[in-house]
Amino acid sequence: MSFPWANQYQPQNGFMKWMDEKLPLPRLVYNAIGAGYPVPRNLNYMWNFGVLAGFCLVLQIVTGVVLAMHYASDASLAFGKIEHIMRDVNWGWLMRYAHANGASFFFLVIYLHIFRGFYYSSYKAPREMIWLLGVVIFLLMMATGFMGYVLPWGQMSFWAAQVITGLFEAIPLVGAPIKTWLLGGFAPDDATLNRFFSLHYLLPFVIVGVVILHVWALHIPGSSNPTGVEVKSESDTVPFHPYYTAKDGFGLGVFMILFTIMVFFLPNALGHPDNYIEANPLSTPAHIVPEWYFWPFYAILRAFTYDFLFVPAKLLGVIAMFGSILIWFILPWLDKSPVRSANYRPTYRMFFWILMVDMAVLFWCGGAPAQEPYVMISQIATAYYFMHFLVIVPFISRSEKTAPLPKSITDAVLGQAGATAKGARA
Amino acid sequence: MADTKGTVTQESFADHGDEGVRRRDFINIAAVSAAGVGGLATLIPLVTQMSPSADVLAESSTEVDVSAIEPGQAIKAVFRKQPLFVKRLTAGEIAAANEVDVAELRDPQTLAERTKLGHEDVLVTMGVCTHLGCVPLGTAEGEVKGEFGGYFCPCHGSHYDTAGRIRKGPAPANLQVPEYEFASDTVIRVG
Repeated sequence: MSFPWANQYQPQNGFMKWMDEKLPLPRLVYNAIGAGYPVPRNLNYMWNFGVLAGFCLVLQIVTGVVLAMHYASDASLAFGKIEHIMRDVNWGWLMRYAHANGASFFFLVIYLHIFRGFYYSSYKAPREMIWLLGVVIFLLMMATGFMGYVLPWGQMSFWAAQVITGLFEAIPLVGAPIKTWLLGGFAPDDATLNRFFSLHYLLPFVIVGVVILHVWALHIPGSSNPTGVEVKSESDTVPFHPYYTAKDGFGLGVFMILFTIMVFFLPNALGHPDNYIEANPLSTPAHIVPEWYFWPFYAILRAFTYDFLFVPAKLLGVIAMFGSILIWFILPWLDKSPVRSANYRPTYRMFFWILMVDMAVLFWCGGAPAQEPYVMISQIATAYYFMHFLVIVPFISRSEKTAPLPKSITDAVLGQAGATAKGARA
Repeated sequence: MADTKGTVTQESFADHGDEGVRRRDFINIAAVSAAGVGGLATLIPLVTQMSPSADVLAESSTEVDVSAIEPGQAIKAVFRKQPLFVKRLTAGEIAAANEVDVAELRDPQTLAERTKLGHEDVLVTMGVCTHLGCVPLGTAEGEVKGEFGGYFCPCHGSHYDTAGRIRKGPAPANLQVPEYEFASDTVIRVG
């Protein structure tokens, strides 16, 4: 589970010795995120986002549990309960704004965490399982975020429920019964709201479970690093504590500054005014869009406007939208390059940045109204998105000429001087 | 089963006949099968509890008075908690709907197939876009009616013609015509 030079846990007093014999939880923490976990010494700030994502999950659970104490998942009460939380409940406004903006920050952090994985090929052997579990967490987050957005029972909530459950209607033959089954009626109503609340409360704890597996899988090979060269000796690593607890603590401070600016000064900047209008099944808002973190995938959904062979446009859009994330599951096997880090893969690095631009374009189109030129632009961007994963990545991973790798992490950090001074640092 | 231990081997000699099947194997398979079938059976209530409940299903039919709708006007009623569009077509709208070459439509249907005999000017459809379920615009005065003069869904840009048929955009089918009948000359019963 760790490198042979990892610090060994030593219980400091009689109580800790007793504890270590009965339930070695302090030992587990020491080995997982303490001085007993050796980590590559060259991690940059892109490696902060795992810890930040964990923080966001705890933040969402704590604020969410508190909000649930003042909420009612009854279609006739829910909308009023939100205003009750905002106006009457002590500090309710803070809890709700922290929860709503916390969701946005959670997704922001996760996107940066995933893009770090793309750039440094963190998904490659021996870390495929960490990546696969990460994609599962992302899918669970999307389901949780969507259901949470329905709970205020505003116009955007209602129509989000209508549109997203409508996706399942695209499934041939069984689609309409599945939609009715998911909603518990013919349109979103009380039954829908109640089950979404139940699942919105449940899923974060499922995420906690998968996160434990994700971190467990991480600790088997240990963290990747910006060179992509595996750890070879003790001089390549530093103990997680105090080195990375300090670095992550600094990152958390920056995160909290940005987060509190949003919560206290721009709490509704990322929301939609229409969600302060109570759900009305007879009137669709003129421009409905999901939350910003779904925009790239929403653009892919809307990019399909023509039937292809026997497959209707609607089904194509749904398949493409889910496919755009499910494709990440096979990424470790699409990218065959033996070199991990894009720092040493000039061609891949260029296409990585093109993918980032492509996703930014999809993001922009997903938030725009469903008309030209946005439809055509999202069609082109969608085609490129799939081409990146299915054609470009497999092709360049076989053909590109990579730059020479450093001999070791220590070499990369200290240059040749470090090679001679190897082992000098304890 | 560890056959290296003499006791186990002896027991199996005692239990099975010449066929090599022990009584214990049978009990094992029977017990696990019964538990498995029982476990799977619990899925039935767990899954079907999510289907529409009796009170939701009870609100299944609605009556709408169509007498007050003038040609070119449309009203929104509620059927099963979803919007229902009832529109009285003008002569021009009927002509426009009948001019279309049905074979070229995505979901080929004539206006006559979508209305009741003798009431070809009354178009009754669900107000639910067949793409992802938004309410199309075009009932109230001043709302966008789309490129084909019928309904327009603002969510993803589906255009429906004067007969409520899909003409452009991502929706796969025409606006659904629910089951209904004329209870009298002026009242329809839906559902």
